[in-house]
Amino acid sequence: MAVTAPLVGRRALLVLPALALLLLAFVGPVGWLLARAFTQPQVGLQNFEALWQRQGYLQVLWNTVEISAMVTPICVLLGFPIAHAMATGSPRLRRWLVFIVLLPFWTSLLVRTFATVILLQRTGPVNAVLIGLGLTSEPLPLLYNMTGVMAGALQVLLPFVIFPLHAAMARIDPAFMQAALTLGARPARAFFRVYLPLTFPGLITGAALVFISTLGYFVTPAMLGGPRQTMIAQLIQDQIAQFGNWGMAGALSLVLLAISGVLFLLLHLTIGLKGAMR
Amino acid sequence: MSGDGMGLWRRLRGLVCTLVALYLIAPLAIVVIISFSAASFLQFPPPGLSLRWYVNLFDDPGWTNSLTVSVQVLVPSATLATLLGTAAALALVRGRIPGAQFVGALLMLPIIVPAIITAAALFGVYRGLGLNGTLTGLIIGHVVITVPYVVATVGSGLRTMDPRLEDAASTLGAPPLATFRRVTLPLLLPAILSGLLFAAVASFDELIVSLFVSTARVRPVAVQMWSNVRGDVDPTIAAIASLCFAFAFLALLAEGMLRRRTGTEGP
Repeated sequence: MAVTAPLVGRRALLVLPALALLLLAFVGPVGWLLARAFTQPQVGLQNFEALWQRQGYLQVLWNTVEISAMVTPICVLLGFPIAHAMATGSPRLRRWLVFIVLLPFWTSLLVRTFATVILLQRTGPVNAVLIGLGLTSEPLPLLYNMTGVMAGALQVLLPFVIFPLHAAMARIDPAFMQAALTLGARPARAFFRVYLPLTFPGLITGAALVFISTLGYFVTPAMLGGPRQTMIAQLIQDQIAQFGNWGMAGALSLVLLAISGVLFLLLHLTIGLKGAMR
Repeated sequence: MSGDGMGLWRRLRGLVCTLVALYLIAPLAIVVIISFSAASFLQFPPPGLSLRWYVNLFDDPGWTNSLTVSVQVLVPSATLATLLGTAAALALVRGRIPGAQFVGALLMLPIIVPAIITAAALFGVYRGLGLNGTLTGLIIGHVVITVPYVVATVGSGLRTMDPRLEDAASTLGAPPLATFRRVTLPLLLPAILSGLLFAAVASFDELIVSLFVSTARVRPVAVQMWSNVRGDVDPTIAAIASLCFAFAFLALLAEGMLRRRTGTEGP
């Protein structure tokens, strides 16, 4: 013990370089940006007042929350069967699914979004298939609207919900479902009363991760959405790149950060951050 | 009776799994196919096949410059992120840090905070320091963004490693550095390499911070792609995308093999 004691003390110091970098190149700058909200163009709350009064800004805030709130349940509904197949299927199936889900996860967001544009454009393969099947005679407008944003966002966000769900399902003892069925519960009842509640930690974690990630989306609405799908991140970029309005950029960042922060806190209080980070 | 419900669920599950798998893979397949297109715009299916967009990628100075910039940023930033992240993970998991949980959460912040905020903040602070449009500025930004991946990967590797192995070595009289070099490092190497890979891929793909702090002269691939996607789109972008995709595919394969050889569990 006498040998290891000083070692432990010295080991703790190893965190310092990373911590220093983070404070200097992340916490400091972000703090600087957020402070602009209260100091530019002059000290006060005028940026928040402007935000509150401008119909356009509120609309963007609303779009952001609306898109996140629409993506999240669809993600959970589509991710659930996949996670279930991963948790209860054969090891071979599991390996394949993990591979398929992880592959896009490792491919740049920009590339995948760009591919979605090709897929969904008027002359793209999706419209060709729909027309070929006789489901529509005219090509459907799938891009630069809510459909486009949903399609692009789901592509990117599914893994966020599949992995926490899978982790929760893998921990469920199959004997529970067996017991419910043997005791006479119909499968649907056994599922809703026994299985589903046991997946809640994973489900809530996944849903929260999806919701929070969507709030900050920039590439997806910019490439796949129309003006009606403008999100808060695009507004922040506009404020800086077009107007040099650092005060408003800071105020919008603070709002975005506050919403994400509150959600993370709620997640931490209900599930615990340990569980949330897998 | 119960068999019917289960059978229906299994069939439904199979259907959803197939459709979602298709949905996840289709865009990647389309990009790869279009990259070999003979047409000069994004037509699917392509009218003919050619390698002209791959040639263009290595001929066009816009693309070669940005590839160079990306590599110049990726190599130092992934290396630095791996060093800093591994050290931090060792301290967090094996050291005794007051408020370790808080420090750990702090180190994860750059991937939790929306990238647009980090990007705007760095751009604003860099203005005063003359770091916008410099490799140094890009490297610092990329290290900040990628350190969390390394901390998480190496941290989970350390948690699955039996601390008694290190204790045994030091009890048997190995000095701390020898224990680290001969016991900890070899056992931890797969996790460190995964972290390095993660950091490298994340750096190459990083768009938003790069978009803010780069200039037309110093412009990484992701930003070059972004400006192309929004302007004249020709299949060169599909060629670079396919190369990224091939890189990710090989990385994933290598990582899988590494894990199988060492028998460590995936994340």
